[in-house]
Parts: sequence; C-alpha cells; structure tokens
Amino acid sequence: MDSKVFSLKITIKLFKKLTKLNSLKSYAFYLIFITSFVSNSYGQEGDPVAGKALFNTNCASCHKLDRKMTGPALRYVEKRLAEDEGLEREWLYKWIRNSSSLIKSGDPYAVKIYEEYNKAAMTAYPQLTNTDIDNILAYTAQDKAVPKPTAVASNLAVGPSNGIGLSDEIILGVFTLLFLLLSIALVVVTKTLKTLAELKGVKPKEKKKTKPIWKAYLENQFLMLCTAILFLLVSAYGFYGWTMQVGVNQGYMPVQPIHYSHKIHSGDNKIDCNYCHSSARVSKHSGIPSLNICMNCHKSIYEYNGETTEEYTKEFYDAEIQKLYKAVGWDDEAQEYTGVTYPVKWVRIHNLPDFAYFNHSQHVNVAGIECQTCHGPVEEMEIMYQHSPLTMGWCINCHRETNVKIKDNEYYDRIHVELSKKYGVEELTAAQMGGLECGKCHY
Amino acid sequence: MIKYSYKILLIFTIFLQSCWGDKGAPNYEYMPNMYKSLSYEAYSENQIFEDELSARLPVEGTIPRGYSLYEYEDTNEGYDLAKKELSNPFSFVQKDILKAKELYTVHCGICHGAKGAGQGILVKREKILGVPSYADPGRAITSGSTYHVIYYGRNSMGSYANQLNEKERWMVTSYVMKLKSDLSK
Ligand code: HEC
Ligand code: HEC
Ligand code: HEC
Ligand code: HEC
Ligand code: HEC
Ligand code: HEC
Ligand code: HEC
Repeated sequence: MDSKVFSLKITIKLFKKLTKLNSLKSYAFYLIFITSFVSNSYGQEGDPVAGKALFNTNCASCHKLDRKMTGPALRYVEKRLAEDEGLEREWLYKWIRNSSSLIKSGDPYAVKIYEEYNKAAMTAYPQLTNTDIDNILAYTAQDKAVPKPTAVASNLAVGPSNGIGLSDEIILGVFTLLFLLLSIALVVVTKTLKTLAELKGVKPKEKKKTKPIWKAYLENQFLMLCTAILFLLVSAYGFYGWTMQVGVNQGYMPVQPIHYSHKIHSGDNKIDCNYCHSSARVSKHSGIPSLNICMNCHKSIYEYNGETTEEYTKEFYDAEIQKLYKAVGWDDEAQEYTGVTYPVKWVRIHNLPDFAYFNHSQHVNVAGIECQTCHGPVEEMEIMYQHSPLTMGWCINCHRETNVKIKDNEYYDRIHVELSKKYGVEELTAAQMGGLECGKCHY
Repeated sequence: MIKYSYKILLIFTIFLQSCWGDKGAPNYEYMPNMYKSLSYEAYSENQIFEDELSARLPVEGTIPRGYSLYEYEDTNEGYDLAKKELSNPFSFVQKDILKAKELYTVHCGICHGAKGAGQGILVKREKILGVPSYADPGRAITSGSTYHVIYYGRNSMGSYANQLNEKERWMVTSYVMKLKSDLSK
C-alpha cells in the first residue's frame, strides 16, 4: 500500500510544480507522467522494465509468462488471483517473500496451489522490497507482444554453401556479353574477307588427299609403344590411389537421427566440448552424451531463436527439439517425463578398425592436445563430419612431430631426463617416447 | 579398334574416379571381419538385452567399485537435511583448486558465469533464464546444499552426477563456496 501513498504524494508535488510551469512541452511531459501514476488497473504502478530484469534473474527458472514450468504461468497473475480467489496484493507480497511460511500458516489458497504443484517448493525472496515486487507484477501485467511478421530472408542472405555473390554474377554477365560481341565481330570479318577474295578472283587452295591421322598413328610402332606405357603408368597410379583410399572415411558425413548442430552449441553458444563429451579426459572414449545431459538445458530451451538460413528454418530446428523430447519421453505441456523413451541411434562417424587402439585421455589429458587438432573446426560444423583421415600414417606423422608435455607431470621426470640424454635433444617427441612401437597401437 | 580403346579408356577412368561418391554412407573396407570388434563396444547394439543397448546401468542395489553411497533423498526434506549437516570429507591442495576451476568453467560457468553471479554466456544470450547468484540471500546455499544440487539437480537445473565423480563434485562445491564468499565481499 505504501507505494500508492508515495505515488499520490509525488502527484501532488507535481501539480504544485505544474502551476509554475508554462512551457507547453514540459506540461505535456508531466501530463503523461501523471497519467501513468494515476491510472490504476492491476500491476500498473511499477516499472515493467526493471520488473523484467528482476523476473529474469529470480523467477524465470521456474515461471514463464505464458507457459507452465516448475511453477504456474504468471501473465496477469495478480488479476487472476484477485478475480478468482479474491486475494490482494498483500497476499502476493507475503507469498513471494516466503511461500512456505504462508503454506504452514494454513492459508487455504496457498495450500491448494502447493498441493496442485506436487509440493514443489518456491524459493523465498526476503530480499525483494515492495517496489521490486510491484515492478515484477507490472511486468507480468503487460500484454503479450504480438510477434512481428518476420522479414522474409532476401535472396542475398544465402547460406555458406552458395558461393556466387551478386557482384560475381554481374562480372560474369559482362564477360559473356563481351565474348559474344567478339565472336560475332569475328564471323562478320571472315565473311567480308571471303567476299573480298572472291571479288578479286583469288581461289582458296584445294586440299591434298592425305592419309587420315589415326592410320598414320597406327602404323607408327614407336608412338604406339609410348602410348601403351603411358596408359599403363597412369592406370597403375590411379589404381594405387584407389586402393589407398579403401577404408579411409575422411569426409564421412552421415545423416543423424536428430539434426544436432555443433555450430549452434559450441560455436554460437560456446558450450565446451567437455560438457557433453565429458569422458574424453578420463577414458578411451569421448562418448556421446546421454539424453539426460541434453535435458539439462532443453528443459528450459524448448524452441530455437538463433540465426536461421533458408535451408534451416526456425520450424526445422523446433521440430528437431521436439524429436529430442520424444526420444527422452518429456511431455513439454505437463512438464514431466512420461517414462516412454526411444533411445537415439546416433550414427558413429570416427571409428578405427578393431586392431588399432586409440585412447582419448592419453591425448587430451596427458598430451594436452585440443580436440580441433584431430577433429577439425567442429565449432563451425552444422553437420558433423570426419575431418582427418585416421590412417596409420596420420597417427605416426603426428607422433614424429609433436613434443610430449612434461610440464606438471611428475610421471615423466626421470624418463624424460634419461631419454633426452640418450637422443641428445632438449624436447622429446612422442615418437622418441615410444609412440612408433607397433605394440602401442596394435595388440 | 581405336574407337574401342577410347571407350575402354573412358570406362577405366570413370572406374578410377568413382572412388567414394556418397559421403553419407561409409567407404568400403578390405576385410570387414578384422575391422569389426567381436567383443561389445561401448556404444554398439546388442541383441541380448531388450533395449538393445550395450551400455548398461549397474545392477540395482549395487555400487561400482570406488563409488560410495549418497544417502540423502531427492526431496525437499533431503535437501534441507543435506544443507544442514553434509560437509566436505576431502581436503584439497592448490593443484586441486586449479582443476576445480577448470571443471567449474566447463560444467557450470556457461550458466552461472565465471564469477558465480548468474551471468553465464547462456544467460547473457537469454537462452536460459533465472540462474541465481551464489550469494543470493534467499537461497543461502551451503556446501552441503551445493553438493546435493550437483548430485540431483534442482527444479530447472539438471543433475551433474554423471559428468563429475564424487571427488570432482566436492572440488566444484568448494570452488562454488569460494565464489560465494568472493561475491558477498
Ligand atoms: C524454485 C522455483 C520457483 C521460483 C524461483 C519462483 N517460483 Fe513462484 N512458484 C513456484 C511453484 C512451484 C509454485 C506453485 C506453488 C507451490 O508449489 O509452491 C509457485 C507459485 C507462484 C505464485 C502463485 C501463482 C498462482 O497462480 O497461484 C506466484 C505469484 C509466484 N509463484 C511468483 C513468483 C515470483 C514473483 C518469483 C520471482 C521473484 C517466483 N515465483 C519464483 C516455484 C518458483
Ligand atoms: C551439447 C552437447 C555437445 C557439445 C558441447 C559437443 N558435442 Fe560433439 N557430439 C554431440 C552429439 C550429440 C554427437 C552425436 C551426433 C553427431 O555426430 O552429430 C556428437 C558427435 C561428435 C563427434 C563425432 C562422433 C563420432 O560419431 O565419431 C565428434 C568428433 C565431436 N562430437 C566432437 C566435439 C568437439 C570437438 C566439441 C567441442 C568443440 C563438441 N563435440 C561439443 C554433442 C556435443
Ligand atoms: C549447455 C546447454 C545445452 C545442452 C547440454 C544441449 N543443448 Fe541443444 N541447444 C542449446 C542452445 C543454447 C540452443 C540454441 C537455442 C537458441 O538459439 O534459441 C540449442 C539448440 C538445439 C537444437 C536446435 C538447433 C540444432 O542444433 O539443430 C537441437 C535440435 C538441440 N539443441 C539438440 C540437443 C541435443 C540432442 C542435445 C544433447 C546431446 C543438446 N541439444 C544439448 C543448449 C544446449
Ligand atoms: C589425437 C587426436 C584426437 C584428439 C586430440 C581428440 N580425438 Fe576424438 N577421436 C580421435 C580418433 C582417432 C577417434 C576414433 C576412435 C576409435 O574409433 O576408437 C575419435 C573418436 C571420437 C568420438 C567418437 C567415438 C568415441 O571414441 O567416443 C568423439 C565423440 C570424439 N572423438 C570427441 C573428441 C573430443 C570432444 C575431443 C577433445 C576433448 C577429442 N575427440 C580429441 C582422435 C582424437
Ligand atoms: C595431434 C597429434 C597426434 C595424433 C594425430 C595422434 N597422436 Fe598419439 N600421441 C600424441 C602425443 C603428443 C602422445 C604422447 C602423450 C604422452 O605424453 O604420453 C601420444 C601418445 C600416444 C600413445 C601412447 C604412446 C606411449 O608411448 O605410451 C598411443 C598408443 C597413441 N598415441 C596412439 C595414437 C593413435 C592410434 C593415433 C591415430 C589414430 C594417434 N595416436 C594420433 C599425439 C598424437
Ligand atoms: C600410433 C599408432 C600406430 C603404430 C605405432 C603402428 N600402427 Fe599400424 N595402424 C594404426 C592405425 C590407426 C591403423 C588403421 C589404419 C586405417 O584404418 O586406415 C593401422 C593399420 C595397420 C595395418 C593394416 C593396414 C590396413 O589398412 O588394414 C598394418 C598391417 C599395420 N598397421 C602394421 C603396423 C606395424 C608393423 C607397426 C610397427 C612398425 C605399426 N602398425 C605401428 C596405428 C599404428
Ligand atoms: C544449464 C544451466 C545451468 C548449469 C550448467 C548449472 N546450473 Fe546451477 N542452476 C541453474 C538454475 C536455472 C538454477 C535455479 C534452480 C532453481 O530454480 O532452484 C540453478 C541453481 C543452482 C544452485 C542453487 C540451488 C539452491 O540451493 O537453491 C546451485 C548451488 C547451483 N546451481 C550450482 C551449480 C553447479 C555447481 C553447477 C556445475 C556443476 C551448475 N549449477 C550448473 C542452472 C544451471
């Protein structure tokens, strides 16, 4: 109540001041100011902007304006409570400051809503002043903003796959035109020359009948031999190249059951690789995150509001999040798990043959190598693909070139001193530590 | 004859060029039986179990070696109890604190922010809202309640028990308490 008294006082003060004022402009300004104070429907006496900030920091983890979350939807809550339950703003002050004491005191509506939400406890906010709560209520009393029709993406905003920009097209067009003009000019010139020659009576020479070129070629033994050798060499080289790529999956890019984008998660939103691939630092496998890890965020993130392209629209991304909900069995309406799950069958991309052993923790944790060194620019990949060849040559090359990280690793203290004496070097490569021994990778 | 050889050459080059066109399917292999593992791999399918997953949970009523039991229940009462009486059984040295900071940055910092004021990158981008500051007086978190929240999650925050092991959870907890005391300064 005291905030109402306060605003009344200000209003009176303003009127006093107003009588002194004669500038029309400031008169209008004060008029607006006053009306905003005097009009008195639900939640109007507060600053919705400050309220939004407070709401986002304190309440938004459990309440949304238009959706049920852990707690009820809060748009027009004051109006709703006043009209349906006859509860005053005083009740709201009490509830928000400390809901559990209100429930304990036996307040009938408090007990009812507490039971309705399966006895989920709302956090107490003793630190919020009445003005703070007024501001929050002012924010909840705002009408829902009607979404503006989103501007249709213009032709210029093409995805990264489309390389030809407008300026390139213009240049190309100009060149084609020039080329056409030139060829027409050429035809015209030859025609006039011919007619000129005919006029002067010059006859073009008759062609002599010679052997066709392929016959001459066939009769020349030496040329035939050379061609045969060349042909064999080229095909042998081709065959070698072809055999070498068998079993190498560089560039492998399967369609995954859920269009999960590393670009959006790790690029745009800067989520660390280890958040999801948390076993990389402790085990052989990096692991694909189980779906409960996805739900750490996606309980709150139910729609996509980031950048879109023509190929990947908001509808497309939203449908993918729905797929995730279906897989974990999350009922977004009721905000609870249904218990019916459909495990996602992610298609495995990087896969060494069974006879080769690779361990992530050895490389990520011990050697301190970034994921991107081996997996490429993952944070730019809309769709995951295999960046490196994963051949034995690739492993060995890196072991020859990369130094082991001895800092902060007591394990290496003795062996490092001894081995560097043996090889007469300052820094040891992984190869000198034994990274080329067949048995390290094949057993 | 020569017309033929052109055709042969053409077919041969096409054969050579068509190494592996469709990047959506894996390339062919020499001897698949030496490539595929006979034993079950971490993520392979498995016909023995009904849900066809090789990755299994521990049998009910057992705990893996090296793990210990967490006896507080995932209820408001369990939370209150943990908040009151649970405390850190480990003692940490400087190196652990550096490690704790790293773990915190990866797993919590994206929402709670580097300083723990509830201003992580996901909050700044308005993807996730309502992340509290650790110094929030209404919550008055303790190391017991923080550990409990990491273990089970709370309301819209999820559980981190499967990303962090017991010692790591306590390391992060002690780092959170350090952030809290820095914030309330
Ligand atoms: C920890 C989660 C949580 C937070 C944070 C939270 N609430 Fe709630 N709130 C609830 C739950 C759950 C209910 C339903 C009653 C119950 O179970 O206690 C509720 C009920 C309410 C109600 C009554 C709604 C009705 O329809 O009767 C109001 C008003 C309310 N909260 C306001 C707020 C405000 C304002 C804030 C921020 C300052 C806030 N809440 C923060 C969980 C939360
Ligand atoms: C939000 C969780 C999440 C984050 C963060 C994340 N990933 Fe992934 N990652 C996944 C999922 C889910 C898959 C499986 C789907 C796929 O292959 O696209 C995957 C697949 C992969 C694969 C391919 C696995 C295979 O089948 O061979 C690699 C490599 C990878 N991630 C590396 C990274 C790197 C490097 C980063 C950090 C820049 C990162 N991930 C960040 C969830 C994540
Ligand atoms: C740390 C938080 C976090 C985790 C964990 C997380 N996501 Fe997301 N996810 C996001 C954010 C942030 C967005 C972007 C939302 C936006 O821009 O509005 C997003 C968007 C998406 C989208 C739509 C865009 C796209 O990538 O196609 C899908 C689908 C998705 N996530 C699936 C998953 C899956 C599957 C997992 C588990 C492997 C997962 N997410 C884990 C934060 C997370
Ligand atoms: C030294 C190179 C290297 C580094 C560094 C590396 N990886 Fe890998 N990664 C591989 C290889 C090789 C495989 C295939 C392993 C296999 O089939 O046994 C792989 C497989 C994977 C897989 C899928 C299968 C599995 O074993 O879990 C994921 C996911 C993955 N890596 C993520 C990561 C992440 C995240 C990082 C950074 C923390 C990382 N990798 C760092 C080389 C590397
Ligand atoms: C980016 C460089 C890099 C690549 C690529 C790489 N490694 Fe390594 N690897 C290292 C380094 C550095 C070490 C030394 C780590 C240490 O300090 O023990 C190492 C160590 C190892 C070890 C342990 C060696 C020992 O002496 O105990 C094995 C086994 C291994 N790598 C296997 C592989 C396999 C298999 C591949 C290919 C699939 C591979 N590595 C690719 C950098 C690499
Ligand atoms: C750093 C790890 C590493 C070391 C050391 C290593 N290899 Fe390999 N080797 C691999 C990997 C990885 C593959 C699988 C390559 C592929 O799938 O294309 C492989 C494949 C092979 C193959 C089969 C080729 C094929 O494509 O089927 C043979 C044979 C082989 N290695 C022999 C050896 C011998 C002999 C040594 C010791 C001189 C050795 N390797 C040392 C990692 C290693
Ligand atoms: C996906 C975003 C997100 C991540 C990541 C996250 N949190 Fe939270 N955290 C939240 C939200 C949202 C709340 C508010 C929950 C509520 O309404 O009670 C919260 C609340 C808390 C609380 C206060 C709970 C209480 O007692 O009321 C603590 C302590 C906490 N988090 C610690 C952590 C720690 C430690 C980590 C890292 C292991 C972490 N959080 C990671 C979103 C997150």
